[in-house]
Amino acid sequence: MGTIRITTCSFMLSLLLVGNAQAAWTLNLTPGVTEISRSVYNLHMTIFWICVAIGVVVFSIMFWSIFHHRKSRGAKAHNFHEHTLVEVIWTLIPLGILVAMAVPATATLIKMYDPSDAELDVQITGYQWKWRYQYLDQEIDFFSNLSTPREQISNEAQKQAHYLLEVDRHLVLPTDTKIRLLLTANDVIHSWWVPALAVKKDAIPGFINEAWTRIEEPGIYRGQCAELCGVDHGFMPVVVEAVPPAEFEQWLADARAQQDAAAAAAGRSWTLEELMTEGEQVYQRVCAACHQPNGTGMPPAFPALVNSPVVLGDVERHIDIVLNGVQGSAMQAFREQLSAAELAAVITYERNAWGNNTGEAVAPSRIVQLLQGDGQSEQEGGQ
Amino acid sequence: MDRIDANRRLVKRLLLGAVLMFGFGFALVPLYDVFCEVTGLNGKITNTGPVAVTQADTSREVQVRMLGINNEGMPWRFVPRESLIVVNPGEMRQTAFMAMNPTAQQMVAQAIPSVSPGEAAQYLHKVNCFCFNAQTLAGGEQVEMPLLFTIDADLPAHIRQITLSYTLFDISPAATATTDAGAQQGGSPI
Amino acid sequence: MSTLETTTVTGEQHESHHHGPAAGIGRWLFTTNHKDIGSLYLWFSLLMFLTGGVMALLIRAELFQPGLQLVEPGFFNQMTTMHGLIMVFGAVMPAFVGLANWMIPMMIGAPDMALPRMNNWSFWILPFAFAILISTLFMDGGAPNFGWTFYAPLSTTYAPPSVTYFIFAIHIMGISSIMGAINIIATILNMRAPGMTMMKLPLFVWSWLITAFLLIAVMPVLAGVVTMMLMDIHFGTSFFNAAGGGDPVLFQHVFWFFGHPEVYIMILPAFGIISQIIPTFSRKRLFGYASMVYATASIAILSFLVWAHHMFTVGMPLVGELFFMFATMLIAVPTGVKVFNWVTTMFRGSLTFETPMLFAIAFVVLFTIGGFSGLMLAIAPVDFQYHDTYFVVAHFHYVLVPGAIFAIMAGTYYWLPKWTGHQLNECMGRWHFWLSFIGVNITFFPMHFIGLAGMPRRIPDYALQFADFNMVASIGAFIFGFSQLLFVWNVIHNVRSGEAAPARVWEGAEGLEWEVASPAPYHTFTTPPRVE
Repeated sequence: MGTIRITTCSFMLSLLLVGNAQAAWTLNLTPGVTEISRSVYNLHMTIFWICVAIGVVVFSIMFWSIFHHRKSRGAKAHNFHEHTLVEVIWTLIPLGILVAMAVPATATLIKMYDPSDAELDVQITGYQWKWRYQYLDQEIDFFSNLSTPREQISNEAQKQAHYLLEVDRHLVLPTDTKIRLLLTANDVIHSWWVPALAVKKDAIPGFINEAWTRIEEPGIYRGQCAELCGVDHGFMPVVVEAVPPAEFEQWLADARAQQDAAAAAAGRSWTLEELMTEGEQVYQRVCAACHQPNGTGMPPAFPALVNSPVVLGDVERHIDIVLNGVQGSAMQAFREQLSAAELAAVITYERNAWGNNTGEAVAPSRIVQLLQGDGQSEQEGGQ
Repeated sequence: MDRIDANRRLVKRLLLGAVLMFGFGFALVPLYDVFCEVTGLNGKITNTGPVAVTQADTSREVQVRMLGINNEGMPWRFVPRESLIVVNPGEMRQTAFMAMNPTAQQMVAQAIPSVSPGEAAQYLHKVNCFCFNAQTLAGGEQVEMPLLFTIDADLPAHIRQITLSYTLFDISPAATATTDAGAQQGGSPI
Repeated sequence: MSTLETTTVTGEQHESHHHGPAAGIGRWLFTTNHKDIGSLYLWFSLLMFLTGGVMALLIRAELFQPGLQLVEPGFFNQMTTMHGLIMVFGAVMPAFVGLANWMIPMMIGAPDMALPRMNNWSFWILPFAFAILISTLFMDGGAPNFGWTFYAPLSTTYAPPSVTYFIFAIHIMGISSIMGAINIIATILNMRAPGMTMMKLPLFVWSWLITAFLLIAVMPVLAGVVTMMLMDIHFGTSFFNAAGGGDPVLFQHVFWFFGHPEVYIMILPAFGIISQIIPTFSRKRLFGYASMVYATASIAILSFLVWAHHMFTVGMPLVGELFFMFATMLIAVPTGVKVFNWVTTMFRGSLTFETPMLFAIAFVVLFTIGGFSGLMLAIAPVDFQYHDTYFVVAHFHYVLVPGAIFAIMAGTYYWLPKWTGHQLNECMGRWHFWLSFIGVNITFFPMHFIGLAGMPRRIPDYALQFADFNMVASIGAFIFGFSQLLFVWNVIHNVRSGEAAPARVWEGAEGLEWEVASPAPYHTFTTPPRVE
């Protein structure tokens, strides 16, 4: 019996310890890759060891009493119950320890609060449930969505190494550059957090917050939204990719070219087939999570698009819903999240896929018109 | 019977205490505003209206980053005319935000300002600002919304960069409900 | 129902020469007897503890492995919210009020609470509050899903329709707590037996007196903040709505102005209970009685000055961060004094380890661990890394589960023989203790690690590097959860049977409550005792 129990026990234990071995164990804060994150880590360790030391002293006395002053060992209770000097001492000593802790903590905090002389400004906006990054002087603007496939979340596919911590577009930042992060939110309060940078700051709708960082090592650093922001709070990761400044310049150029290409794409005319091909990709990436890959939706929260009166009805209303969302529902406004060509393509796709054969194609130029309000040119920004 | 009297007196006092604390909860709202004004806790700008003309401090420059942000469901195009402005403390500066309503309907918006770092809020004076009033734009209409501001010459030396953001909220449903009463003045002047 | 009847039986068996309880359900509905009302509070709290516990187990079951298995993220958020609200307002607070009802009159030599009819009301509105709260689970749009801290605008503009019922439930709970607190203050200040001076009050009474003042000071603020939410949602005001000139951060300030003292409301009575139990089983007077009283009072006063340490990441100015960091660190001093006093009380005592003492010792050790992580959280620059992670979850569960809950269990085991007239079943008590102790540590200790490794709180699914410790925590949660059935069994068993207990149940016990017979007669101290 005994041995069986022990083997079962150790088997269970080994299951616990070995199971999921593909992911590395972490027990502690990361020292991170910035000067600030290292001082935060050192502060954390210092206070931790102080606590351990106090704990060892207090608990040793306690357990010494538990072993030696037990009645079963014939211990007789002493009669002392007050000692002013001792009480004063054990009030003053902790006070001294606290002062000793407060000094480095204050120094680190002051360093964190100095965002001056930043060389790059990035605006970070929290949306339910994604992040938007705007490089303010570089005119680059994009959304960063969770890219973990639904099948992995619903356990239908093997989970990859960066499960839930991967996004479609990284926030690319240069190393050895002081970067100011300006945080706000579009709807509810979010909190932008990257442990390796020791930056966590709330993004609050209607308010602007700031933080700064200077990354010392190139690499990919992952974090998550830290403030409960609704249903998919657990599904809006942050991924920062730090690259050397030269590489960053190259990335900027590529990203700008990509943006220009998207704008140019909206200007030319598209065939129905082109729109359908592009539309299917956009649909699967952006819409399928709720409306399902085959357009059947998950009523009542996410209506079916197959035979939907919106999709088969007036095209202007369909466009309006995709661009501006439906207030008070899960349907978001996609006007800022997708390019004009992508919007046109996905609307076209919805109107022609899964037996919705309206045969109508929405021209990207029509979307451009709507986005700009009847043909106003886009020149007033950023001069 | 003494005890009953004593109880009654005590209960009255404690109930009064509870009622006062309920009131205190509400009093925290104005108290918070006062507190914010003093400490710049939430980056709200409380200095508005005309200011005395002062000598510009040309010995130093402050970068002011302008941000135009749309809150959820706000389809307007809303951008600062200049994204980055370099000013001398004490200098009066005129700038503007461009707003355009791309929809077909008339809409009413309220711009909410915020300053970072919060400490700088008390040194930023807005002499005239579009955010004082709600803004109504007809469908397709475009306006330039002026902003006249100055940064106090007393701005602490360590603040060299300030961010001034405006978040545009769609208040059309609320404003149209009270259209007759002059919805243009719907927002509070902050 | 059956549990109510069992208490009835014991009450009737040991009727004193005074008027006994009325018969039937009317006894419980209309009772003004502090012992009956105390029992009602305690049974209600046990029921809520089990309800909130089931929710916790659902949460832990979902988090057993990465991926979504059992519940949708939306329902997960409802569970975390309801678990928090039920445990705070339904389990911990009513349990302390129940203990206060039972013990304070007996400890100070009073015949009953000062305001017996109000006492009946303050209990009987509670079940309605929780019926409303729990019914939101079945409403369109689901129960509140914005966390027990209900930050605006998630809880206002973006809330499910059931938020109105939630607000109403909070109002009723607030009224109940305020009435209970007024009653306790009136009892302690006006009903003491002759000779029972303030500095002779048992520490449980002292800590409750201070707690009651905290309740009166902050429950109305909570009522105020939910009223503002109500007005924002239904009457078009803009307290927390930035569009109308309000400020969502203001919500957090007002909430935590209530919320931080609330934390001490949940722990000060626990300090009181532990300060009763440790001297008894050490057979030695409490070390530093006066400093215990002063420490409790200073913790209560400091609790009003530290609220914003819950909000270090909202972007306060440097001065604000520093002020709240220093003030918070200062709380470690009086808390340390208490721990040192408990340890010194045990030092050179004559210790025995009956179930209440086991829970009390576990309280001191594990609460201190929670205190250490609290001190770490107080350091603002490091808090940026800890904030809203599982490190925080570990911290507050360490102070609330092996803190508040263990103290409630210690108190229950300690005074149960006085209530029922039956000696404890020590063997079963020990089983309950050791399983709970092991379960609690397996559940919450690994949460420190996953928090430091970077797992945010309130998420239904997580990255793979957090998988191992989440699995361990979930196993621990089930051990802890199911061992509470032993507690239920122990209590019911003790109500029904057991060796007859003497008046002084524990050898080293001191105080008026041990002068009356066990079980305590329905009316005690109708003629006040004289305290020398």
